[in-house]
Amino acid sequence: MIKVKHLVKKFGNFTAVDDISFEIEPGERFALLGPNGAGKSTTIKMLTTLLRPTSGTLELNGHNVVKDQAAARKSFGIVFQDPSVDVEMTAYENMQLHAVLYSIPKSQLESRIKDLLELVDLWDRKDSFVKTYSGGMKRRLEIARGLLHHPKLLFLDEPTLGLDAQTRNLLWDYVQKLSREQNMTIFFTTHYLEEAEINASRIAFIDQCKIIATGTAKDLMNQTKTKTLEQAYLKLTGVGTRDNNAGPQNAWAERNRAKAMR
Amino acid sequence: MKVIYFLWLRQLKRYIRSKSRIVGSVGQPLLFLLALGFGLGAAFKHAGQGNYLEFLVPGIMVQTVLFSAMFFGAMIIFDRQFGFLKETMVAPVSRFKIMIGGALGGATTATIQGTLVLLISFALGFRVYNYALIPVAIGIMAIMAIAIACFSSAFGSFVQDMQGFQAINQFLVFPLYFLSGALYPLNNVPTWLKYISEINPISYGVDAMRWVLIGHSTFGIYRDMLVLLVTLAVCAIYGTRRFNRIEA
Repeated sequence: MIKVKHLVKKFGNFTAVDDISFEIEPGERFALLGPNGAGKSTTIKMLTTLLRPTSGTLELNGHNVVKDQAAARKSFGIVFQDPSVDVEMTAYENMQLHAVLYSIPKSQLESRIKDLLELVDLWDRKDSFVKTYSGGMKRRLEIARGLLHHPKLLFLDEPTLGLDAQTRNLLWDYVQKLSREQNMTIFFTTHYLEEAEINASRIAFIDQCKIIATGTAKDLMNQTKTKTLEQAYLKLTGVGTRDNNAGPQNAWAERNRAKAMR
Repeated sequence: MKVIYFLWLRQLKRYIRSKSRIVGSVGQPLLFLLALGFGLGAAFKHAGQGNYLEFLVPGIMVQTVLFSAMFFGAMIIFDRQFGFLKETMVAPVSRFKIMIGGALGGATTATIQGTLVLLISFALGFRVYNYALIPVAIGIMAIMAIAIACFSSAFGSFVQDMQGFQAINQFLVFPLYFLSGALYPLNNVPTWLKYISEINPISYGVDAMRWVLIGHSTFGIYRDMLVLLVTLAVCAIYGTRRFNRIEA
């Protein structure tokens, strides 16, 4: 479903992703885990055509992501890490626009929107402007929208960030169901390691822009002789904290600042 | 088509819901009409050029269309900052459709604004020479608005923030406007200024509007329309190309 070979992304002198390769089979639930700034979001952005790789090849569902963007875009859905809803529109309008963008047939449109907004408990507020929503409600809307069209491959970039335990459970139950019933491939990142331990069929650790270990949660624990995934993770990536500001946007800003100072 | 329609509708909804935008974008032209139209009117008449308000209204309508349509580029920047742009960028829809849908929406609101200014001008005593030509005036405003919306989307695509976008307004759009003959007749200006206005597409928009509304033209309506349509084609191609290259 996903084939990544020797993927590199540089922003000027800053390397965000350094020669990573992996393959994901259809129906897998794959977790990419790593500290802040390790290159998770940049990898997802390249996989979802938002960024062009510096070098390497990317294939989604047999389509080359760089050369055949349109076909690649048809194969996936995504829940972004940061907000991407239009806050000046209502929740229903956001859902409706998404349905149109993904050509969901009219016959299914209303029932699907209703089901998903009910799932995330927003149906009563469907006609309120999103700007009147709390942070958690916005997040739930993002998730509902990402699940609206049933893609073969779903990217979830820290989907549960800032959500309460109830909504986290709801989300993962629903994702498990999609994976089981529709053999949907799931690619996700998270900082909650127990989420990955429970929900991922395979896990990769990424640190300092490189993939350092891959396998099932059990493999990784055996390999590191630890009892939980969190311990395995800390053993492999170290306990020191990372610069929270690292990442492509900041690298970009950093470079511009450096340019301006010259 | 459905995608284009919904993205067009989005721009329109956002316009209608934003009272401050409607008031603000009509307020500025009103100020121009009052201050210049009545302030300079006497001097204009004294110089033997006739009624200045009559001369000024088509120019102010173009000004309104120009700055309202430029706002579409700002919308792209807002969409980028608030994240909504990503939603459209990963969708399995050609970027051309995404840009055109939004640009047509921005152009529609700009044309509505221009028409509102015409209505205000009527209240101030402006009269057109042939009411049957008002639909033509709206058509010309629409052509200009689409061209400018496409042009602004090119800048919205590669400028990262509002400050940069403001700079483009300051250094490109204001000069284009002030050197277009919107505020003064071009028949007695120095030769260098005349040359500049002749290569400025906005001059032809102003001239066409004047021809339609008050029956006066410097370049001739056929030349005006030819220049406007070529400008539209160039802007549409340029805007699409730039928009295609967005990375988010």
